[in-house]
Amino acid sequence: MSITDEQLAVSSNARPTSSSFVTRLLGFRELAIVVAIGLVFGATFLKNSSFASAASVQQLLSGPSIIILLAVGETLVIITRNVDLSIGSVLGLSAYIVGIFFEHNPHFPVALALLVGLGVGLACGVVNGVIVAYARVPSLVVTLGMLYIIRGIDAIIVNGHQIDPSSIPQSFVNFGSNNVIGIPILFIVSVVAVAIVGYAMRTFRSARDLYAIGSNPDAAVLAGIPVQRRIFSAFAFSGALAGLGGALWLAEFATVASTAGTGYELDVVAAVVVGGVAIFGGSGTVLGAALGALLLNTIDQALVAARVSSFWNQAIAGAMLLVAIAFDRYVALRTERVLRVEGARRDNG
Amino acid sequence: MCLILSKRCNSLRFCLSPLKVIKTIGDFLLLGGGVAKDTEDGVNVEPRGVSSDVEPLLHVDHVVKSFGPVKALIDGSIDLFRGEAHALLGENGAGKSTLVKILAGVYQPDGGRLLLDGVTLNLASPAAARDAGISIIYQEPTLFPDLSVAENIFMGRQPLRKGRRIDRGEMLRHSKDVFSRLGVPLNPSRLARGLSVADQQIVEIAKAISFNAQIIVMDEPTAALTEVEVSRLFDVVKNLRDQGTAVMFISHRLEEVFTLCQRVTVMRDGRFVNTSRIEDVTIDDIIRSMVGRDVSSMYAVNTTVAGEKVLEVEHLTREGIFTDVTFDVRSGEIVALAGLVGAGRTEVARCIFGIDKVDAGTVKVGGKKLAHGSPLAAMDAGIGFVPEDRRQQGLVMDMAIDRNMALASVESLSHLGIIRRASERGLAYEWAARLQLKYGRLSNTASTLSGGNQQKVVLGKWLARKPRLLIVDEPTRGIDIGTKAEVHRLLSELVEQGIAILMISSELPEVLGMADRILVLHEGRLAAEFSRGDANEASIMRAATGQLNASLA
Repeated sequence: MSITDEQLAVSSNARPTSSSFVTRLLGFRELAIVVAIGLVFGATFLKNSSFASAASVQQLLSGPSIIILLAVGETLVIITRNVDLSIGSVLGLSAYIVGIFFEHNPHFPVALALLVGLGVGLACGVVNGVIVAYARVPSLVVTLGMLYIIRGIDAIIVNGHQIDPSSIPQSFVNFGSNNVIGIPILFIVSVVAVAIVGYAMRTFRSARDLYAIGSNPDAAVLAGIPVQRRIFSAFAFSGALAGLGGALWLAEFATVASTAGTGYELDVVAAVVVGGVAIFGGSGTVLGAALGALLLNTIDQALVAARVSSFWNQAIAGAMLLVAIAFDRYVALRTERVLRVEGARRDNG
Repeated sequence: MCLILSKRCNSLRFCLSPLKVIKTIGDFLLLGGGVAKDTEDGVNVEPRGVSSDVEPLLHVDHVVKSFGPVKALIDGSIDLFRGEAHALLGENGAGKSTLVKILAGVYQPDGGRLLLDGVTLNLASPAAARDAGISIIYQEPTLFPDLSVAENIFMGRQPLRKGRRIDRGEMLRHSKDVFSRLGVPLNPSRLARGLSVADQQIVEIAKAISFNAQIIVMDEPTAALTEVEVSRLFDVVKNLRDQGTAVMFISHRLEEVFTLCQRVTVMRDGRFVNTSRIEDVTIDDIIRSMVGRDVSSMYAVNTTVAGEKVLEVEHLTREGIFTDVTFDVRSGEIVALAGLVGAGRTEVARCIFGIDKVDAGTVKVGGKKLAHGSPLAAMDAGIGFVPEDRRQQGLVMDMAIDRNMALASVESLSHLGIIRRASERGLAYEWAARLQLKYGRLSNTASTLSGGNQQKVVLGKWLARKPRLLIVDEPTRGIDIGTKAEVHRLLSELVEQGIAILMISSELPEVLGMADRILVLHEGRLAAEFSRGDANEASIMRAATGQLNASLA
């Protein structure tokens, strides 16, 4: 096919500069969080040098591990312009059910225990996914309902009981508390999850579909993307990771009551948004979400180390959230205005 | 006649491209003069299938589609040929968009059939339509703003390498390749966000080329483009067409149809009306078959003498949208704001009514300056605003009809802040009767009404406030022809009672038929002003597309 040079001018108005400005800011996001983590860490270290001790750093890494894992799943859901609020309850239910397995069989293999947790979460995620994707009920409502339903089921099963730490085998507890070359195993698990999912989100068609769905749902339908199936999968995946998180919770704390994981969903959503995942879908990375979780946890720990009243923790986490959203909004408005005025200048000029 | 034609073409077919054959047929028909001129609707009608010797690439045959009781498409028929652009024309609601959505695989037809190269085609999904080589380019391009241009082109069919992984390098190379074939300097790795509508159209075309679409359907692609952008787009499309792509082109700008297309099909009220070769018809013929009657008979001439100035707009500017807009509207006259989509007409109205921010200029109502940015102030000054998007902005669709009617009058209907249901209902009864509203019960939701009756509710809502100035934005969009005439009559009655009306309309016949004065906006500036009688379609179109430099007095 040969097209003449006449059309060379078709898009003389392409504006690569303004686009790379936006791209740079988006790529900048992960870096900005890393810098913020560094600043918080450095400032706290100046005030309290024990903040940089090996034990403290290990705590900084293992503390947010489970949140990071949940944030990975939540990122997928939020990218499709949905939200999963049930993950805290899923985590609690899964932790307790894995605990029951150990109580009945102290020699239950660790790998199988993780799989059980994953399975429980997957089942919950499938229910969320079916209702949201196929019955087309808004995910906010569905997962809010599931938050209470699963927590209720959990309370019925638990029935005031508590998993006794002595019934959890040492091998499983070790999994939750040991380090490999000084790095907590939990953190390694999270990093592996972030790496695999992060790579997949860049690399596979089905993962790119999630971005397309969140970016423009109507266009996704017109592009022949199986929108319902993808949204369903995102919820199933988020549930499965929350279930896996439940098993890890049991490994970390060795005991579970019916309140395990209460309120986690909001911590996770906060981490994801601080990490630069747009709450209206379409953009953001798993790495950003993980870094967001790391930052919020680091601030938490820093306040403790700096002996600031713990009442400040939540206020500061909230402020971070608003700063992150305000930043996104500012960038969006600025870009829009620049383009509007530029476009007008071109048209009139 | 047909026999001769067939013979002649058959002999030519072997030595010439299909395009040439069609051209030759066209020439022949022209030479043949009156022979082919037929009578239905007084248009030079070509009987269906006159060129059956050239197999159509896509044969759309009596396709039917209903939504519940509404028959959107009663007889959708069109033949698309390789290397030919075929215009599909009709008024709003004629069924064009439904037909497009069937070709896009979005809607499944209830009856009729599609034949691609003579083989029955079943478009069960948008993916199936794509696989069949059909590409749809919508008025509002359907891109993913958060993804790169390259990914937009290849979404859902990205090139893969080992392990079903997306081959980004290949994707970029392929996109660059397509753009260089198009001769377009777009950077495929930039985000789609922020692309101008024209560039977005180009990306859509690149998408079509990347999967070697045989059929490109363009649904009003030029509505939001400037004249220059349109001609660039047409260069690209003409090239594709000449290389054998079948193009279906929908536009309300008839001049464009004559530039680009070889064939034109008119639809009306969901039915195929006729297909003609472009050389055989004039704009008047097409309009006549679109409307189904002569245009002038639809409108009553307003004989009211204009009174004092009700609205004075001076140097109104909203940065990047419109600049230095100055005009006035007198009582008892209808002033139309014409122009292409995106020229800033609706935005001017929104600023007058105080919805959007104003960067410079003043709005006076009855000689008194109006505070900017306050719809309440505008309402108190006696302005009513019937917005373009009835369903989203004009009505609360899930609220009862009477409550919708009373919505703008709640202040006068309430005592100590409490609204009495009975007074709402009383107001609604009065206006429903005066506007001859067709409804089931006043307590039904507004969504139960037909488009025309919904519009009457919106009008009633404002009329109940006894406005001095009514701004109506696309008052008859999506309304069937019968009710349309009623809305027109209603507007005429209102000006006779001394109300001033500022009307925005994309339908030139409406503008020409209704308005006492016509202001034409072009890219945010007033390009021309005509009084009734001085204007015609061509002069308005020229001003709207910036070909006229007549400055305002």
